[in-house]
Amino acid sequence: MSVALSAEDISRALTRISHEILERNHGSAEITLLGIPTRGAHLAARIATIMTGIEGREIPYGTLDITLYRDDLRLRPPRTIMPTSIPSIGIAGRDVILIDDVLYSGRTIRAALDALGEVGRPRTVQLAVLVDRGHRELPIRADYVGKNLPTSPRQSVKVQLTEIDSIDEVVIEGEAN
Amino acid sequence: MRHLLSITDLTAADAIGILNTATELARINEGQVKKLPTLRGRTIVNLFAEDSTRTRISFEAAAKRLSADVINFSAKGSSLSKGESLKDTAQTLQAMGADAVVIRHSASGAAQRLADLEWMSGSVINAGDGTHEHPSQALLDAFTIRKHLSKGANDLAGLRIAIVGDVLHSRVARSNVLLLSLLGADVVLVAPPTLLPVGVETWPASVSYDFDAVIPNVDAIMMLRVQQERMTDLFFPNAREYSRYFGLNSERMSAMATHAIVMHPGPMNRGLEISADVADSARSVIVEQVTNGVNIRMAILYVLLAGGPLEVGSN
Repeated sequence: MSVALSAEDISRALTRISHEILERNHGSAEITLLGIPTRGAHLAARIATIMTGIEGREIPYGTLDITLYRDDLRLRPPRTIMPTSIPSIGIAGRDVILIDDVLYSGRTIRAALDALGEVGRPRTVQLAVLVDRGHRELPIRADYVGKNLPTSPRQSVKVQLTEIDSIDEVVIEGEAN
Repeated sequence: MRHLLSITDLTAADAIGILNTATELARINEGQVKKLPTLRGRTIVNLFAEDSTRTRISFEAAAKRLSADVINFSAKGSSLSKGESLKDTAQTLQAMGADAVVIRHSASGAAQRLADLEWMSGSVINAGDGTHEHPSQALLDAFTIRKHLSKGANDLAGLRIAIVGDVLHSRVARSNVLLLSLLGADVVLVAPPTLLPVGVETWPASVSYDFDAVIPNVDAIMMLRVQQERMTDLFFPNAREYSRYFGLNSERMSAMATHAIVMHPGPMNRGLEISADVADSARSVIVEQVTNGVNIRMAILYVLLAGGPLEVGSN
């Protein structure tokens, strides 16, 4: 097990991502943040707080559960459905930033795009992740990445956040070979 | 979990899991999203060998909202009315590739038999078997009670619920007694002695013959339909007398605690076990029970069918 990102690294990465999102979208006026439960939702809340600090205004943020849209449901026992909460302003015409902890096969994001399509029609959809570990199975990429972590498929990347875990930390478990 | 045959198959954690899933699905159903792709390509057969409005429509709506294919099949108009056996019917469904069968049957134990004898490989969901059980109804009732009365808790601890009327013929009562007590509620059965089943003293519920004494002390009153079609004997002198002692009218409703709710699984005999003004009053959650029924049945289908074959047989 090795520590890939410390608490300070995570905090710096989220601050940088917040600035990059604001820069690319020319401010925060049209931005809506949607985190994918569980940890993506907490990251969305943190990024919203950082952006509010920079911009001096409330940034609409919420959660988007994608369980019911997964294409791999039959490969595992039933998963718990997590809450979805779309900000009251809606997503139609907005620049929606999807936020997740780890980008891996890309299947979660494919499901998220399907789920989003049922809720409304955003102007753009962008993707921010704390860790991109590679091994994509679909033509999907992130617009904002906290850290690229080259890993072996045999390894697992574990993101821990103080909201639910005892610590802020990203660790890689298992050996590369 | 592969089948849902009886509340006795569930642990409190299983039941709370279904209620929590239904809570999230309800939130989705209240929003713009009415259709989910979760069970796309799965086939669900509604096998109704006994009449039903709410349960059949609600299972059908639930399956369709999850994008499953639904085949409806009732006794009237099918070969069941020509005397085809349950086994032959089940094998036909198996040959057609049904992933789940929702069965309503007048014989107690029909769903259990369908599941036990492995005539088919899919899930079996009991939608009411004779006077035995109706687990999806109990789950939707628990969901409704939790939504109105539980203060943030997942279970129903500390709540007192009266189930009133024709307990003898009621599969709804049996499933509810089992589930509500499993979730920590105190259940009191109120009925004339002739409408209580043999062995009721072994149920996890107390019994009272005095409706008026029970009313002020409960958080919810669940009225049961007097099932005249199952009554082969004289169980009470006449409808007016039954109504006078065990019917819920506006006078009795005014004795209820201010927060208490009135429930009925439907179909109602207005004027017999419940008066029309009570059924249509602000305390009545009877229409909401139907709405909640769709959410609960979506949750049941999700829990039984959405997971992979890995889990099948592990229950």
